[in-house]
Amino acid sequence: MDNIFGRLTWADVTLFEVFKDPSIDTAVASAAAWIAVLGAVAVVALLTFTRRWGWLWREWLTSVDHKKIGIMYMVLGFVMFARGIFEGVVMRTHQATALDGGILTPHHWAELFSTHGTVMIFFVAMPFITGFMNYLIPLQIGARDMAFPMLNQISLGLTAAGAALVMISLVLGVFETGGWTAYPPFTGAAFDPGPGPDYWVWAIVISGFGSMFSGMNFAVTIYKMRAPGMKYLHMPVFCWTALCTSILLTFALPPLTVAGLMQGLDRLAGFHFFTNDLGGNMMNYANLFWMFGHPEVYILILPAYGIYSELTSTFAAKQLYGYTSLVWATMSIAVISFCVWLHHFFTMGQSPTINAAFGIATAIIAVPTGVKVYVWMATLWRGRIRFTTPIVYMAGFFILFTIGGFSGIILANPAINYQVHNTQFIVAHFHNVLLPGMLFAIFAGIHIWFPKAFGFRLHETWGKVTAALWIAGFSMTFLPLYVVGLMGYPRRSSAYDNPEFVPYMIVTLLGAFVLLTAFAGLVGTFVVSIRNRRDLAVPLGDPWDGRTLEWATPAPPPHWNFPVIPQVRARDAFALEKVEGRPYVVPEEYRDIHLPPSTMAGVMCFLATTGLGFALTWWIWWLAALSAVSVLIWLIGHSLRDHPHVVIPAKEVHRSNQAWIEAIDLATPVDRDHETKRMNRGFAATDMAEAT
Amino acid sequence: MSNAKPMNAHPGMNLGYGEGAHDAEVKVFGFWVFLMSDLVTFGLVFAIFGTMVEATAGGPGPREVTNLHSVAIQTALLLGSSFAFSWASLSMKYHEGRWRTLFYLSFAATSALGFLIIEFLDFRHWIEIGAVPQRSGYLSALWALVGLHGLHVAAGLLWVGAMTAQILIFGLTDDIKSRVTRLGLYWHFLDIVWVGIFSMVFLAGIA
Amino acid sequence: MQSPRRSRLRACRAPLGALLAIVPAAAWADIANFLDPLGPIARFQRLELIWASVLILIAVLPVLVGAPWILWRYRRSNRDAGYAPGWSFNTRLEIAMWGVPVLIVIALGIWLTQATVRIDPYREIDLEMAEGFDIRLEGPPVAIDTVGLDWKWLHIYPDEGIATVGELVVPVDRPVTMRLTTDTVMQSFMAPGLAGQIYAMPGMVTRLNFIADRVGETFAENTQYNGPGFAEQRSPVRAVPRDEYILWTAAATGAPPLDERAYARLAASGTLDEAREAFGQEGDGPLVFTLPDRRLFLRIVARYVTGEAIAPENQPGSPVYDPETASLPDIAVVFGENGRPPSTGPASDAFAQGGICGAPAALTIANLGELPDG
Repeated sequence: MDNIFGRLTWADVTLFEVFKDPSIDTAVASAAAWIAVLGAVAVVALLTFTRRWGWLWREWLTSVDHKKIGIMYMVLGFVMFARGIFEGVVMRTHQATALDGGILTPHHWAELFSTHGTVMIFFVAMPFITGFMNYLIPLQIGARDMAFPMLNQISLGLTAAGAALVMISLVLGVFETGGWTAYPPFTGAAFDPGPGPDYWVWAIVISGFGSMFSGMNFAVTIYKMRAPGMKYLHMPVFCWTALCTSILLTFALPPLTVAGLMQGLDRLAGFHFFTNDLGGNMMNYANLFWMFGHPEVYILILPAYGIYSELTSTFAAKQLYGYTSLVWATMSIAVISFCVWLHHFFTMGQSPTINAAFGIATAIIAVPTGVKVYVWMATLWRGRIRFTTPIVYMAGFFILFTIGGFSGIILANPAINYQVHNTQFIVAHFHNVLLPGMLFAIFAGIHIWFPKAFGFRLHETWGKVTAALWIAGFSMTFLPLYVVGLMGYPRRSSAYDNPEFVPYMIVTLLGAFVLLTAFAGLVGTFVVSIRNRRDLAVPLGDPWDGRTLEWATPAPPPHWNFPVIPQVRARDAFALEKVEGRPYVVPEEYRDIHLPPSTMAGVMCFLATTGLGFALTWWIWWLAALSAVSVLIWLIGHSLRDHPHVVIPAKEVHRSNQAWIEAIDLATPVDRDHETKRMNRGFAATDMAEAT
Repeated sequence: MSNAKPMNAHPGMNLGYGEGAHDAEVKVFGFWVFLMSDLVTFGLVFAIFGTMVEATAGGPGPREVTNLHSVAIQTALLLGSSFAFSWASLSMKYHEGRWRTLFYLSFAATSALGFLIIEFLDFRHWIEIGAVPQRSGYLSALWALVGLHGLHVAAGLLWVGAMTAQILIFGLTDDIKSRVTRLGLYWHFLDIVWVGIFSMVFLAGIA
Repeated sequence: MQSPRRSRLRACRAPLGALLAIVPAAAWADIANFLDPLGPIARFQRLELIWASVLILIAVLPVLVGAPWILWRYRRSNRDAGYAPGWSFNTRLEIAMWGVPVLIVIALGIWLTQATVRIDPYREIDLEMAEGFDIRLEGPPVAIDTVGLDWKWLHIYPDEGIATVGELVVPVDRPVTMRLTTDTVMQSFMAPGLAGQIYAMPGMVTRLNFIADRVGETFAENTQYNGPGFAEQRSPVRAVPRDEYILWTAAATGAPPLDERAYARLAASGTLDEAREAFGQEGDGPLVFTLPDRRLFLRIVARYVTGEAIAPENQPGSPVYDPETASLPDIAVVFGENGRPPSTGPASDAFAQGGICGAPAALTIANLGELPDG
C-alpha cells in the first residue's frame, strides 16, 4: 500500500500540523493549507450550485480564443498574487519581530521566502504579462487570433500546472528552502533529500515550457499575422515590446529548462552536474540560472514599458515622442540583456577583468532604459494630461522606478557589489524595479483595457485610492530595506541582532499592511465596478480616445475581433482615422470567417503535466508513466482526426457589426472632460481632432 | 494574409498560390523558431559538457567511452536517414500519390531506428564498463548530451509514425505537406546536432 | 538556548552610517560596518558608492524633478499650457537623451574598471597598494584559511598553528590574505567593515585580501542562505594592535587541539552555541583550538576531489552526517605523486578565478602553494 503513493505518507499532510504541535508557526502553515483546500472546495461548490461547469468548459477551458486565454492568465495571476501578497505580509510580520528570533521557525521562514519569490516571478508576473500579450497582440496588429491557437491553450495549461504544483506543496509536504534561485548544492539530494526542491524543479520546468511556447507563438504572430499595410515601424510600441519579450522567452527559457532538468537528474537519478563530489560544479548552475534569470527581468519589464508607452500617449492625447528611439531602446535592451548575467555573482571569484566587462555591460543597459523614461516625459510634455488612474500609477512609476534604476547602476559596479550583494539592498532593488516598474504597469493596463475586455470601465475613485495605496505601501515597505542592506543585513535572514534594524522593520511591516490594503482596494475596485457596470458601461469600445486598432472594435470585441481585416496606413491607425473624421467605416463586403475549433488539449496537458510533476516529486512512478503516455497517446490521436474550422457566416458578421455601427450612429461623442463620467459610453470625441 | 500579390510561398511543398500557402508559411516559420530555441538548448548542454570534460573524477574518460566503429555506423545511419527523408520531401512535391513518399519515409525511419539500436548498444557497453552517469560529472554531461539527442531521435520516430498514419488517413493534403516539411526540418536539424556530437564529444575526446 | 545567544550576539553590533539615518542607540556606534569602515578597502568601496551616486544623479534628477512638473504643468485643465499633439521628434533632444546617459556610462565604465582592478579581492595588499591607499604596512601578511561550516565560520591561522570559531582576530596594519572554502554547501563570507564578500564553495578555493588600519570591531557573516541556522552565522571581527595580537596567539597555545575527531564534531550542522555545548565550553566566547595538522584546510578541500563519492554520513551539512565516523582524506593519497588529484576540472582554484571564461586548470598542490608534506 505504501508503494502506491511513492514516498508520500500521511505525515506529509500539513493540514493537521497545528493540532499536533500548536504554535504560531504551525498555525500559519496549517492555515495556509486549509485556505488552499477550502478555496478549491469553495470554487467547486460555487460552480456546482450555479451550474456553471458546462459554461466553464465550453466558454473558457476549451476555448482557443486569445482573448479568453489572456483573461484566464490574468485570473491565474491574481489567485497566485493573493498568495504571494499574504506570504509577504507574514514575512514582514516575522521580520518586525525578528530581533534575535521572530514568530516563525527558520525553516518555515525559508519556505516562505522561497515560495514568495517563486510564486511572484513565475506564477504572478509571468501570467500577468503573458495575459496582456495574449489579449492585446492580435487586436493591436489586426489579426483574428494567434498563429498557433491550440499551442496557446497548451501554454496556459503548462503554466497552470506549475502553479498547481506550488499550491499542492502547501498541503502535501514542504517546498524547497533555498530561495527562488534554488542554488545547489543546498537544494541537492545530499543536503535536502525531501520533496521540496523537487516541487520547485518540476513546477519551474513545466511552466517554463509553457512560457517558451508562448514566446514562440507571440513572435510568429507578430512576424507573420500583421494586418496588411502594417509595417514593423507601424506597430504599436506594446507590440514591439511584446516582440522583444517573445524573442527573450524563446531564447532565455532554455537555460532555465536545462538547469532545472539537470538539477532534476542530480536529485532523481544521482547525476553529478551540481553536486559537491565527483566533479559536479554548482558554478555551472549559477551561470545557467542567470543566463535565464537576467533576460527574465526584461521579459517582465519590457511589456510594462509597452504599456507605459501606450498610456502616456493616450492620456496626454499626443503622438508618442521618439517612437524610433523607443524601438531601438527596446531592441537594444533585449540584446544586451543576454550579456549581463554574471553581475548576479560578481563575488564568485572570477578575475576583475571579467567582472568589469559585465559591470560595464550592465551600466550600458541603463542607457536605453533611461532613454525610455525621457521619451515618456517628452511625450507628456505639451500634452493634455488627464489624471485618470493609469496616470497616477505612471506618476508613481516615474519617481520610484528611477530610484530603482539608480540602485541598479550602483549594483553594477563590482567594487560596490562586494558590499551589498546578497543583502537587503538587493531585496529593495528588485522589488523597486518590479513593483513600480512592472506591477504598476499591469494595474494601469488593467484600468485601460478592462473596459475593452468586459465592456465596462473600472471605478475611478476606487482606482485612484488604490493606486495611491500601492505607491505609499511600496515606499514604506521597500525603501527602508536599502538602509538596512547597507548596514549589512543579509537577505533571507530569519533574524538579526542589531536593534537598530527594528525601527526600519516596523516601518516595513506597516508598509506591508498598506500593501495588503491596496490589494483589498484592487479587489474592491473590481467588486464596486461590477456592481455599477451599467453606469460604467462602454459598449461602443473606445472609452479613452484610444489610438490603436483594438479600440476600433466594440467592447468586448466579438470572437473574430474584426469583421474585415483592417488595412493599415500608418502608426496609431485608429487615431489617424479619428483625426481625419473617418473612423467606423462600414466594410463593403463581409465574408465568412474561419476560426479554429475548441479543443481540450490545454486541459489534457494541464492534467498530465500536473500528474507528471507530482509523480516525479513523490516518486510515484506509475503515475509518471501514466501521465506521460496518456498525453502522448491523446495528442497523436488528436492529430489523426479531422478538426474542421468553425465558420462564422458572413450574415452573422454583418448583423453583429451593423448593430455596433448603428449604436455609434445614435450615440453622441463624449469629450475628454467627461471621460470618467457616466455619459462615456465608449464613443470618443477626440482631443487630437480639435487641435488639428 | 499580409501578402496582397499572389506568390508561391512554398515552392518546396507545391501548395500553389492560395490561403494554404500563407498558413504553411506561418507554421513552418514557427517551427524554425522552435528549432532555434532547441538549438540554444543543445548549445547549453554542449557548453556544460565542455566545462566537464576534465571532471572525470578518476572514472572512465573520453578514451574509454569512444568506440569509433560504432560512432561511424551511427553517423552513416543517421545521415542516410536524412538522405532518405530528402527523397520523401521531393516525392511529396512531385508525385501526387502517397505511396512513394511513404516508401522513403519508411527508409528514413528504419535507418533512424538502426541508429537508436546501435546507440543503445553503446549505452549498454558504457554501463558494462562502469561509465554510468552517476560515476562523474563528465559522464553525467556525456549521457545528458548524447541522451538528449537520442531522445530527440526517438521522439522524431514517434512523429514519423504519427505522420505515416496521418498520410494514410488524410492523404497528402496541404496541411499534411506542411507537417511533413516541418518533420523534415527537425530530421535534418538532428543530423546537424549529431555532427556536433561526434566531432566535439567523440573525435575531440580521443584526439 | 535563547539567552546565551542574545548576549553573544550583542557583541557584534552594527552602527548606522552617519550618511543615512538617525542613531537610536549610541552604544552601537563603535562597531564598524560598510558605512563606517575599519580598513582602506571598505573605505574605498564606500567612496565608490558616494561618487557613483553623484554621477548617476545627473541622469536621475531631471526625472525626479521634471516628471512631476510636467505632469502638473500640462494637466488638461491648464489651458494656458501649450499643446502639441503631433510633436514627436526633436534632434537636439534625441542627442541629449541618448548622449548624456552614454557619457555618464562611459565615465562610470572607466571608473568601475579601475576600481574593480584596484580592489580585486585576489590581489595581495603590497607596498604599492598601501601607498595608493596611504596606509602603513607593518609586518608580513597574515595568512588565514576560512572554512564555511553550517552555521559558523572556522578561521585557521596556519602560521600561528591555531584556529578559532566565532571570532576573527586580525592585527592592525598587517595585510590579511585569506583563502576560503566550505565543507558543506556554498556560502558567502562577508566582512563589511573590511572588504565585503566572496563566495566559499566546496572543493574550491577563493581568496579575499584586506587590511585593517585602525583598531576596532566589526563583524563577519554569511550572506548565502545555507539552512535554519543561517541567521546566526555572524560573529565579531576584532582588529587589534600588533602586540595584542601576539599576546592573543600566545594565549591560544594552551587550547585543545582541532584534530580530525574534533573537526568532525565541529563540522556537524549547528550554531556556534551548539558547537560550544558540544565542546563543553561555558560562557559566550569564541572557540579556540590549536592546530595539530597544518594541512587541515587542504584536506577539507581535498574531500571533494578524491574521485570517490562522498557518503551522506561523511558529508557535513547532510541530514544524516555522522561526526563519529566521518573522516577527512589523506593528502598524500589524494594528490598522489604528481600533486594532482584524480578529480580535476571544474573543482579547481584556477577555475574559480577564471569563472566562466577561464580555462579549467587543475586543483594542484602547486596551485595552492603548498607541498604535500607540509
